[in-house]
Amino acid sequence: MNKTNRNEILAILIMASMFLLVGFGQSWSLSLSILNMCIISAVMSMGINIQWGYAGIFNVGIMGFTALGGLAAVLVSYSPVGEAWRVGGIGMIISLFLLIITIVAVFFLNRVFRNSSYKYWIIGLTIIIGLILINLFFRPAVQAIENVNPAVTGFLGGLGLPIIFSWIVGGLFAAGVAFVIGKITLGLRSDYLAIATLGISEIIITVLKHEDWLSRGVKNVIGLKRPVPYEIDLQKTDWFISLISYLNSSKLGKVSDSLESEKLLNQLVIEGSSIFVKLNYMILFTIVLLFILYLANKAQFSPWGRMMRAIRDNETSANAMGKNIVKRHLQVFVIGSAVVGIAGAMLITQSGLFTPASFLPLRYTFLIWVMVIVGGSGNNVGAILGGFVIWFVWIEAAPVSQYLIEILTAALHDENKFKLHLIDSVPYFRYLIMGSVLLLIMRYRPKGILPEKVRHS
Amino acid sequence: MVDLVNALIVLLNYIFIPALSYGSQLALGALGVSFIYAILRFANFSHGDLMSFGAMMTILFTWVLQSYGISLGFLPTAILALPLAIFATILFCLVTDKFVFRHYRTKKSTPVVLAMISIGVMFVIQAIVRIIIGPDDRQFFDGQKFIMKAKQFKEITGLSEGLAIKSTQVITIFVTIILVSLLFWFLQRTRTGKSMRAFSDNEDLALLSGINPDKVVFITWLIVGALATVAGTLYGLDKSFKPFTYLGLVLPIFASAIVGGIGNPIGAVVGGYVIAFSEIMVTYAYKKFFIYLLPQSLEPSGLVQLLSTDYKFAVSFSILVIVLLIRPSGIFKGRTL
Repeated sequence: MNKTNRNEILAILIMASMFLLVGFGQSWSLSLSILNMCIISAVMSMGINIQWGYAGIFNVGIMGFTALGGLAAVLVSYSPVGEAWRVGGIGMIISLFLLIITIVAVFFLNRVFRNSSYKYWIIGLTIIIGLILINLFFRPAVQAIENVNPAVTGFLGGLGLPIIFSWIVGGLFAAGVAFVIGKITLGLRSDYLAIATLGISEIIITVLKHEDWLSRGVKNVIGLKRPVPYEIDLQKTDWFISLISYLNSSKLGKVSDSLESEKLLNQLVIEGSSIFVKLNYMILFTIVLLFILYLANKAQFSPWGRMMRAIRDNETSANAMGKNIVKRHLQVFVIGSAVVGIAGAMLITQSGLFTPASFLPLRYTFLIWVMVIVGGSGNNVGAILGGFVIWFVWIEAAPVSQYLIEILTAALHDENKFKLHLIDSVPYFRYLIMGSVLLLIMRYRPKGILPEKVRHS
Repeated sequence: MVDLVNALIVLLNYIFIPALSYGSQLALGALGVSFIYAILRFANFSHGDLMSFGAMMTILFTWVLQSYGISLGFLPTAILALPLAIFATILFCLVTDKFVFRHYRTKKSTPVVLAMISIGVMFVIQAIVRIIIGPDDRQFFDGQKFIMKAKQFKEITGLSEGLAIKSTQVITIFVTIILVSLLFWFLQRTRTGKSMRAFSDNEDLALLSGINPDKVVFITWLIVGALATVAGTLYGLDKSFKPFTYLGLVLPIFASAIVGGIGNPIGAVVGGYVIAFSEIMVTYAYKKFFIYLLPQSLEPSGLVQLLSTDYKFAVSFSILVIVLLIRPSGIFKGRTL
């Protein structure tokens, strides 16, 4: 067993014991929900690791790709709103059709007038005419759709399929958008891609917030279907109750009074159902995580992965060896974004509600970056570990800093303004912790906790 | 004829003046980003939050001054606090440079790594600002709010459309003109300015001819700190100070810098105005304008708005993409100071 493997196992053991600590100390339900979010974060950071660690692509639009995955969850699982389709469906289909025609026309004109000096004027005019035509059908359709029972639906709804499918669709959505952005910006300087992804993620969020016909906007979509049983149903199922009573038979045996014992059983069933649901999610998420990890590792140590590293480490010489850098970059950008999209769909699946306003760049973009850097860019297990560690710290930072502040200011009077101010700003200490962690790791351990494995042959 | 004048006043009131002041704020921000890009050679994502740090410093000093009963009469006290805040922000910049950025500069890290570092700095600044002043909205404007009220304008001219000029708008434009001309004078006429331009043009040649890189970097942070404080304060005075909004400014600021040609100060200024004008022109509802111009029968029924104001980001982003596609180096050629 060599040193890196030992480090990996040690890190995983430490992480596992942290979850056990939370489980025994706070509650198992909390421990499991942190674990589930950790797994989702790990998938996201793996997606970014594919972009950054394999190919050195700087994507600052993680939030947008996550939200696209979330949109997929809504569009796949929500049952279609028949009334909305009746009043606005045709208008929507016509506008979509016109949009496609406009895009095709732009590409066609771009090719025909390649050398003409009027090229941009002609294309601009086409786009404007196209937009006006689309608006003729689009606006009334939107109006009609949004007026259908706005308190409950007011949007087209989805396909009504099982939500699990959205994990694939979310990946495809994100991949499609990534393809378009990559096509435009990947040939340019590397920092332009960063700005472009930053912009597109803001735009995706704005669209989701304001296009009510698509995603209900800030009215949020709630009550998405689940791939796992509901707690309420579980609490009424016989096999589950007997399972719980079997697991807790020693505890129940101590209570002699039958009424008391029924009460205790009831409470145990309620607790157990929540844990059981989270366990189910955990199993599903872990399958996805391991599957992606397997593929990512396979890719990294294949000739393709070697080529990617060659491009990352020295673009000029890789180019001289006949590698098409722009194409490879585009490929890896699309793949990484797709993984992020999958994670986004998983995120919405777990929470069961889609709230566009909750997507904030700090939480969904920059935090993921901290995960990748801390875990070790270029190492998939490292990225997963980073996801676990950073999400854990992010969650536990608030109670810990509250505790620390209370200790440090214990000497001060309870009404002391400075103390009150500090306690008020506890939530922001996690920003400070995250920033410092990022800066310290970049400075003193730039390769992360688990550095990239370099194979010499 | 009167209708035409009224229509023009509408444009002036709702598009030209707001866009001019917003554009000035963007231009100052973009100048800061451009300077970092030209001299230190990385995209500084923490610039928006540096602006919020500067604005916070101004607010703190304003409060101190106000508690001593000092004010500037009809001008906001913030102007008096500005030099102090600039000093504090520059100090902060120099400290971050010493403890964070310098290490990577001497190691000659790639620009992407430095951009990543700037994200770490961004987190820290956000935490500092929120811990010190809190995440809430702060109004720190005092003094006279309007130079000309819509009602006064109507009385003077007898037109039915009013023109309101906020004093913050005038201050913004005025300060921008002074600052930008000082900056260009510095870059074109002084020895240090010339050495900075040389450094940004070709680092190796500049070093060979005996330019001290530490001095150039030092001066850059002085300029960037000052620009960020002024831009942040002006934005805060004009709208209101809310730490969260400054992160959102990063995109239009970068769009301005890139559209103008990143690293080019003239480009940054022009880019700022291009972005501001297009954002406001595309999202303005022209209904009122057309009501004055067109005969009653042709009056528009809708708002005549190309995009709703929610899509401001989309406008700056689209312009960015268009410029990148047509002229990747920006309107003015980038990367020369």
